[in-house]
Amino acid sequence: MNRTVFFGALTVAGLAAVAASAGTLDDVKARGKLNCGVSTGLVGFAAPDASGRWGGFDVTICRAVAAAVLGDAEAVEFVPTTGKTRFTALASGEVDLLARNTTWTLSRDVDLKFDFVGVNYYDGQGFMVPKALGVSSAKELDGATVCIQTGTTTELNLADFFRSNNMSYEPVPIETNAEAQQQYLAGACDTLTTDASGLAATRAAFENPDDHIVLPEIVSKEPLGPLVRHGDNEWGDIVRWTLNALVSAEELGITSANLAELSGGTDNPEINRILGTEGNMGEMLGLDADWAARAIAVGGNYAEVFETNIGENTPIGLSRGLNALWTDGGLIYSPPFR
Amino acid sequence: MADNNTNPIAYMRETPLPQLDPPASEAGLGHWVRQNLFSSVLNTVLTLAAFVSLYFIFTSTVPWFVNGVWQSESIRGCREVLEGATGGCFAVLTERWNQLLFGFTYSDDQYWRPTLAFALLFVAIAPVLFVALPRKMLYFTLLYPLLAFYLIWGGSIYATISTGLGFVVGYLVYSRFVASSFALGLIGGVVAAFVTWWLGGFVVDAIAPATPFLEEIPSRKMGGFMLNMILGVVCVSLSLPLGIALALGRQSRLPIIRIICVVFIEFVRGVPLITLLFVANVILGYFLPPDTNFDLILRVIIMITMFSAAYIAEVIRGGLAALPTGQYEAGDSLGLDYAQSMRLIILPQALKISIPGIVNVAVGLFKDTTLVSVISMFDLVGMIRGPILASTEWNGVYWELFMAAAVLFFVVCYGISQYSQWLERKLATDHR
Repeated sequence: MNRTVFFGALTVAGLAAVAASAGTLDDVKARGKLNCGVSTGLVGFAAPDASGRWGGFDVTICRAVAAAVLGDAEAVEFVPTTGKTRFTALASGEVDLLARNTTWTLSRDVDLKFDFVGVNYYDGQGFMVPKALGVSSAKELDGATVCIQTGTTTELNLADFFRSNNMSYEPVPIETNAEAQQQYLAGACDTLTTDASGLAATRAAFENPDDHIVLPEIVSKEPLGPLVRHGDNEWGDIVRWTLNALVSAEELGITSANLAELSGGTDNPEINRILGTEGNMGEMLGLDADWAARAIAVGGNYAEVFETNIGENTPIGLSRGLNALWTDGGLIYSPPFR
Repeated sequence: MADNNTNPIAYMRETPLPQLDPPASEAGLGHWVRQNLFSSVLNTVLTLAAFVSLYFIFTSTVPWFVNGVWQSESIRGCREVLEGATGGCFAVLTERWNQLLFGFTYSDDQYWRPTLAFALLFVAIAPVLFVALPRKMLYFTLLYPLLAFYLIWGGSIYATISTGLGFVVGYLVYSRFVASSFALGLIGGVVAAFVTWWLGGFVVDAIAPATPFLEEIPSRKMGGFMLNMILGVVCVSLSLPLGIALALGRQSRLPIIRIICVVFIEFVRGVPLITLLFVANVILGYFLPPDTNFDLILRVIIMITMFSAAYIAEVIRGGLAALPTGQYEAGDSLGLDYAQSMRLIILPQALKISIPGIVNVAVGLFKDTTLVSVISMFDLVGMIRGPILASTEWNGVYWELFMAAAVLFFVVCYGISQYSQWLERKLATDHR
């Protein structure tokens, strides 16, 4: 009897959850705020500043979606999530969108029932060594001691890389990134390995960053992107095409500086279609005509967002690398707005 | 002989000799040093080793404090000022002190509210801690929870008043019926309180002004050390009565009450606190309907209170068990009923015995509130590990931040511990 009631309650709760998530767009509009899951703090990607305002590479995606849907880049409720709580927060409907450096993998896409709408940063595992070690390639690291965070995919990638290159290594297992930083500086290991963006941010925080180099080899694929719940394709489309709009804007030369001028109409039909002066792209998405213009106005196009938050002129100093446009030899590519 | 009798002693000193100083080898600093530091070869070696290590500790830490940079924009600014010298980057504390204390979403122009609530906490708690103070101050203590709630969360004052009214009505009903039966009084009081809150809800909705005098601040904006204080104070003060009830319930002669209490205590004690916090944060999200606004702080308070109540119950059970059976029989022979004998004879003695244990649980609980940083709440440690260390300005400043956190926690915990020692001395009636 009790068990029946229990499962009954579960079913009702489950149905209610499905019913509510059927129209995320309507929910967001009714609420007047976008609930966006971000990291509790990751240098350059998501962190609040001294006055408590969120900023960063991932945060700009949230703001762009809010601007496209609600017309206000500030209408975002940032829900900080840890690596442990992020997926439940999205699955339970606490957030509408998760933009939190999440690697797109098959199991997350299929088994956890999420939809990755694209990739906003192509990351990969790299190695950092002190310059004094005199190593210029990861292939010269035979016999090295390696500081590595336990229980992560980086641990497995590391084993694969050394095995396939017939090299040996000695792991120094470490719990957190902060600890890794300290251990590495204290000389507990020859090399520190984690995602390349993380290495760059770590290196930027060092007292003498020039004494350390990040080796050119990238030994794993870590495509990071925003994700939404599986099963609400209209909402997924909006997030996907907001991201694509930022990329296309870079490709077509739409910047925050010339946005107002180009919104008046241009000779390039694709620019006109994105900015809503031609066609009915916004209507197809269930939004108004200048949704993309508002999204681009938040932080500029993809290149501008990159440069402001994590680019070479910031303390983090990441180069575009794989994240250059496809026309510049990178992987960033948007399907056409047509 | 007679002569001898008149003047038996040739010479008698009438004034005592002035005291000589002890020999130089047995007095003064030199003696103390020899006695305590260099009395044997082994002690000499140990003393020298201790001095060498003290020297290294001081020479490495003192410049770090003295050279510390207190004004800077970022860690890179600190390094420019220091120019390679050793020195702490305390600028992070001057720059982000407000975030460490209040979290990063609490608006600055409202900081006075939690600060005032904190100051009033001492006024409210003083008559409870020190019996010498006038008993009339206890009225303020009773009022304080509502006042603090109104100050920190704000919103309509009518909601706070209605909450207080519920307690008053509940108490009146309780005192009306308690003479005939304790159970009737208790149940009647609880029901009356809930009815008042339910009715009050409608009235408040009807008369609440659109813009309340104190702006309403949602729970998710609470953070920093304020969050630790809220959780610590609320959970300790709630878990003490709950723990007493559980301890008494565990000794009850009524099997249902006893079984419920035993199962509760054993279950909660057998589960790590972090698991309960994850349940509060993550699992409940699946069971509650979407958009249910079940306040996260409230969920966490319930879980931590349950956890510490189970521990306090066991501590108090130890106190109860330490009393000789004669005390229980004394209560019975005086014709007191259960509630009276507990209140007047058993509990005062049992609680006195339990003070060290209860304080131990309270201090541990206060420090355990930092665990909420794992479920993405920004308490003091959460603020440091998350937003502050992840900002491009302060990534890499560890020692300064965690030392500041350690100092804040140490001050509070040491204060609690000193109070409890004072209380033990005051209540010492064991004629040792």
